[in-house]
Amino acid sequence: MSEKKETSSYSGTDRLNGQTAGDTRREDAPVLKIERMSISFTQYDRGMHQTSLPVIRDLDVEVQAGEMVAVVGSSGSGKSLLAHGVMGVLPYNAAMGGRITYCGEELTKERIEKLRGREIVLVPQSIAYLNPLMKIGPQIRRGNKAAEAREKLRGIFNRYELDEGVEALYPFELSGGMNRRVLISTALMEEPKLVIADEPTPGLDLAVAKRAMSHFRELADMGAGVLVITHDLELALEVADRIAVFYAGTTIEEAPVQDFEHEETLRHPYTKALWRAMPRHGFQYIEGTQPYVKNLPAGCSFAPRCPHRGEACGKEMDYRMVRGGKVRCVRAE
Amino acid sequence: MRKINRRQRVLLGLGLSAVFLAAVCIWGSLGTEAARATDFSRKNIPPCLQYPFGTDWLGRDMLVRTVKGLSMSIVIGITAAAVSAVIALLLGIASATMGKAVDSVVSFVIDLIMGVPHILLLILISVAMGKGLKGVIVGVAVTHWPSLARLIRAEVLQLKEMPYIKIAGKLGKSRGYIAVKHMLPHLLPQFIVGLVLLFPHAILHESSITFLGFGLSTEQPAIGIVLSEAMKYLVTGKWWLALFPGLFLVVTVVLFYILGQSLRKLLDPGSVHQ
Amino acid sequence: MELEIKNVFYRYTSKGRWILKNFSLSMDNTERVGITAPSGYGKTTLCQLLSGYLKPDQGEILLDGHPLASYKGYCPVQMVWQQPEFAVNPRLRLGEAIKEGDEIEERVIRGLGLEPDWFGRFPAELSGGELQRFSIARALGKRTRFLIADEISTMLDLITQSQIWHFLMDEVEKRQIGLIAVSHNPELIDRVCTRKIDLRLFDEK
Repeated sequence: MSEKKETSSYSGTDRLNGQTAGDTRREDAPVLKIERMSISFTQYDRGMHQTSLPVIRDLDVEVQAGEMVAVVGSSGSGKSLLAHGVMGVLPYNAAMGGRITYCGEELTKERIEKLRGREIVLVPQSIAYLNPLMKIGPQIRRGNKAAEAREKLRGIFNRYELDEGVEALYPFELSGGMNRRVLISTALMEEPKLVIADEPTPGLDLAVAKRAMSHFRELADMGAGVLVITHDLELALEVADRIAVFYAGTTIEEAPVQDFEHEETLRHPYTKALWRAMPRHGFQYIEGTQPYVKNLPAGCSFAPRCPHRGEACGKEMDYRMVRGGKVRCVRAE
Repeated sequence: MRKINRRQRVLLGLGLSAVFLAAVCIWGSLGTEAARATDFSRKNIPPCLQYPFGTDWLGRDMLVRTVKGLSMSIVIGITAAAVSAVIALLLGIASATMGKAVDSVVSFVIDLIMGVPHILLLILISVAMGKGLKGVIVGVAVTHWPSLARLIRAEVLQLKEMPYIKIAGKLGKSRGYIAVKHMLPHLLPQFIVGLVLLFPHAILHESSITFLGFGLSTEQPAIGIVLSEAMKYLVTGKWWLALFPGLFLVVTVVLFYILGQSLRKLLDPGSVHQ
Repeated sequence: MELEIKNVFYRYTSKGRWILKNFSLSMDNTERVGITAPSGYGKTTLCQLLSGYLKPDQGEILLDGHPLASYKGYCPVQMVWQQPEFAVNPRLRLGEAIKEGDEIEERVIRGLGLEPDWFGRFPAELSGGELQRFSIARALGKRTRFLIADEISTMLDLITQSQIWHFLMDEVEKRQIGLIAVSHNPELIDRVCTRKIDLRLFDEK
């Protein structure tokens, strides 16, 4: 019990060079800024031993208003926890460190509870997150029966080509394609400033996945900050403004989408390897696998597979600006 | 000092309960004669150092009688629960694997038994079997399996649909192999926990029908008998006759319950953090 | 050796819509066939029919001229599932599970990058990508003549995807195993396959 208390409050790291926005909300501050986020789980080994599993080690990402940022990492790498961490809905045996700011102000536990579902919304992976016993209409309106709420919902449904009848359906009656549009409608009811989408295209074919992603693009174009967490880099490249690449618990590069057009404009050796592995860019591969969180090397987690590794790779890495993007690699320039 | 984590605490509770229950059983099985021995020179003594639980109107030591009674209840409970659990396992698996007809019959029987109050069925069976030890064990065994059977049936049905079970079939593995290697590791924890959680039920039901006079005969110092005899003397102010046996029955039942819950936590990696 | 699917009809419920309607296809064990189609066109159903997990309502599936169902024991047509998490028993150590495969060769294990220490672990201790490599290795037993890969790399990162497909192309070539690859990514199919099939062209709806 007490272990949990010690770590569950954000351990407030030093503000970087004092340049972070002050405690008042500022218009130009990023909608969401995550600095050095870490999330670990307490788990039992075989037998009595308790261990801590550092699923997210060092995650940094920033979302501006009107911008769509994609955090891309392979499935099962724990990136969904990022969303749960921001929303303050981590499981009881998880501990989070680092600093999250929303519109320039620290996002504390009390604050997220107030903003959750209003200014900050999470679009979950599947309709499994909806209440199965409540009809879609009332569920999205959250029981609000006022005429304007109905009107608004009708408007949103129109946009997503959902007819009125859908409001009277239960979640299980929706078809696969409707699911996604209903889930995204839930986000729109409250005019959110920040939308977090957790793996919005699981197992969807290309056309449907693109459509789902384009809905989030529209949200960003309407002025919200959108953070999409996905495993599909190729898809993210088509809609996002910036990409944060997540590898073995850390964000190793954050780059504007244009940088992904050529290998040379990318910064981190892993991102470059990803680029070369795309079927359209040669389908080449490098050896090795992404390490399991328990067996992470010290320093750069990509070092064991990196062709350019040197002594400096074993030390802690800074996440530094290089050519308008960020990179966690000592060699990048 | 190193912190004791949750799992170690669970294990500690498990060990203590097991030791207590075993001690009661062993002590009880040694003292059969002592539990019946009457001695009019020491009748109706309230609890004191020499007789911590007091003695009754025949001068029998209540501590010995309580332990003996509990140990009988535990043995009956374990036997009945074990038989019940085996019935549940067999019928649960049969129901899930032997086709629609078997499934509907088993499901019907489950609903039937669950629909009738246990105690009523127990009394009927016990009386029909001519009361006594056999009647009680059969009665408890026959009435307690349905909930566990239903659980096992559901688990097997779910397992059958899992891709890894289907894959094992396509890899040419026999049904026996799949049952042992793939299904058993999932069923065993369910089964063990179900079995242990059946004990307290079995014990309570055994003592209740004995208390009501439909169970064991009055010569047996079973806890139900001890309690029902004590009831007659309660009005005369001999509170200790009912208090200690009753209290210990509750403690035993609670311990079995803790044992079951601890096992569940140990065997199910997901619930262990809670 | 030839794998044939002849005039097959299939639907999930007795009055439901036909997922496959009078569908025929044949391939031999030197081909790598890619199947594409949007969701709802029965890609996964087709895979499960071809590997014997489902039985057609009408029509037949023949391997070397004999009905697939008549092959008892190890099925020469093996399928790798989309989600590796469900393809391995969470309570079985991987060392135990790999033995279920048909004498998996050291070369396959090394080629897919399976580490020796994985075999002492339970599936929950491996990542999705690692488990998928494992499932592929398990399906490449010595009696496997056809391999069906149903979206096996959708949930993986691009590098792992490329690694796995390069290995598979080599392996099936070497052992003359027929490969059916299902993917929503046409560029991937172009890279991997010798023949392409779009299920939409078969549809008469």
